[in-house]
Amino acid sequence: MPALVWMGVFLFLPLLLVLVISFAARGTYGGVEWTFSLANYLNMADPLYLRIYARSLALAAATTVVCLLLGFPLAYYIARAPARWQAVWLMLIIIPFWTNFLVRTYAWMFILRSEGLFHTVLSSVGLVTSPIEILYSDTAVLIGLVYGYLPFMVLPLYAAIERLDRSVVEAAWDLYASGWSVFWRVVLPLTKPGVIAGCLLVFIPSVGAFITPDLLGGARSMMVGNLIQHEYLVVRDWPFGSAISFALMALVLVGIAVYFKVETKVAV
Amino acid sequence: MALTLRQITTSSNRTWIAALLCAAILACQPTPEDGPKNGPQAATTTLHYFTWSDYVGPELLAEFEQQAGVKVVVDTFSSNEELLAKLQGGASGYDVAVPSDFMVSIMAREGLLAELDLSQIPNARYLSEGLQRLPFDPEHRYSIPYLWGTVGIGYDSAIISTPPDSWSVLWDAKYKGKISMLNDQREVFGAALRSMGQSMNTRDPAVIEGAKAKLIRQKPLVKTYTSDHYDQLLASGDVVLAHGWGGPVARAMAERPSIRYVVPKEGATIWSDCLVVLKTSQKRELAMRFVNFLLDRDIAARTTNRLLFASSNREAKALVDPKARENPAVYPPDTAFDRLEWMVDVGEAIRLYDRAWTEVKLR
Repeated sequence: MPALVWMGVFLFLPLLLVLVISFAARGTYGGVEWTFSLANYLNMADPLYLRIYARSLALAAATTVVCLLLGFPLAYYIARAPARWQAVWLMLIIIPFWTNFLVRTYAWMFILRSEGLFHTVLSSVGLVTSPIEILYSDTAVLIGLVYGYLPFMVLPLYAAIERLDRSVVEAAWDLYASGWSVFWRVVLPLTKPGVIAGCLLVFIPSVGAFITPDLLGGARSMMVGNLIQHEYLVVRDWPFGSAISFALMALVLVGIAVYFKVETKVAV
Repeated sequence: MALTLRQITTSSNRTWIAALLCAAILACQPTPEDGPKNGPQAATTTLHYFTWSDYVGPELLAEFEQQAGVKVVVDTFSSNEELLAKLQGGASGYDVAVPSDFMVSIMAREGLLAELDLSQIPNARYLSEGLQRLPFDPEHRYSIPYLWGTVGIGYDSAIISTPPDSWSVLWDAKYKGKISMLNDQREVFGAALRSMGQSMNTRDPAVIEGAKAKLIRQKPLVKTYTSDHYDQLLASGDVVLAHGWGGPVARAMAERPSIRYVVPKEGATIWSDCLVVLKTSQKRELAMRFVNFLLDRDIAARTTNRLLFASSNREAKALVDPKARENPAVYPPDTAFDRLEWMVDVGEAIRLYDRAWTEVKLR
């Protein structure tokens, strides 16, 4: 029962408020006018905004894929290390979180700027001669997002791989499976829950990211998180901002529900 | 998903993982700024000051605390819209805030401001001529200008040898990738509109469209849209032209002496951040005493020396460091005044700007 109250007060009530506001209208000076209209949702289908959603989904998908490609070998290595080392590696993954995300994003700006650390290192070994322009581009945003969310991929993957029964893998080798088959037909299916949990934990926050595109992308282009922030804080159109937030949330929930449905069907 | 989570949580390391994930998720959130607490008052009275970040020296606050025998708690916001959104969102308990000109009129209309009693703010007498009885609050019923300045162009004179005098320099392809613009819809449109000889407060859709086309043309030249670190970009040489407020440009000059500032000939924004007392304040007398303190000649001069924004107190100017006093980025030259324009709320036309800005951002 206390859990129910907690959920009600801290989850459903705020969400309900967002939902209700999303049907209202913006007052002339930015307040909320309590009329009922679907205008905010219709407005959202504007091709202009659709392009922002598409961009955000694409960037979030790219972030997820890169995190998975980097995170899987890393998680595998950690899970297979001696127990004492596992704790050390996991600790190292968590330590960056002790510093505020904003500060770490600023650090990346220093690394990526045209004559920053990255450039200095590459030019000292003679790999580049002219300044490299990575900062303030989509590449920089991708680097920032991957950096920020990689631990969310590694931790669930680690949990899944750590539980993986080694004897099953050994059996596959004994049956002359190639390295690729062992991975594709034994390791991956058995760690799939971890892969999916990791992908969701990376994908969902990346779609709504707004600090990274602002700082590393130089605010040259918007992601849906920036659009929501812009509607709330600059245009002061809370109803429209609420509608976008709600639609985004619905999209993610539908995605998860569809996945869950497919999963249970397969399981049966 | 449920399956996944259950599997994870039955892992031998479940407590460890759960704790790590929680820590990670919590740490990933931007730190929220705490509003004033509404809890029981401590023995000493507390004054809540809601202001821009790094806008008041802690030593000045300590002085006021000692003088008045109170405690001052500072909370910060990073844009006028954020200030309004927080107050409209129900944040109460603040006593003094510092909205800019156009926001004073919006806040007054929204009934968020308390009327000032000028007899309690004697330092308001020293208000500079140019800042008296401004259209957004002609009788100073709600606000007293505090710090003010212009929006212009900071540039590196070592690279740009002929001093620019027009906004059009921001469209010069020679400086591709070396230009920063404010990340501020109204100001960026202001620069484009003025370069076209228009007012930054236009509500004419065709004119706004024209400015949008101009900004889309400019975008390939722009390295970044930023409102808060163009001073560092100028100082490090990452950009050689920065659209921005005078104060940060003046701060960049300290690090790179070849930086200069110009108020373009087509005109520019003049702004003033104003001290106001909020309607919800329970300590209006103390709040007004604090306002008076900040407007004091010596305190104001020290504030200007530190922030490199001009003080509204005309007597303070004489006490400011000569270097800052003669810096056009801090005190705009007298000749610039007739081409300065205040930004006003454009009402529903904000929708047009908003859409146009989003389109610029999508290119």
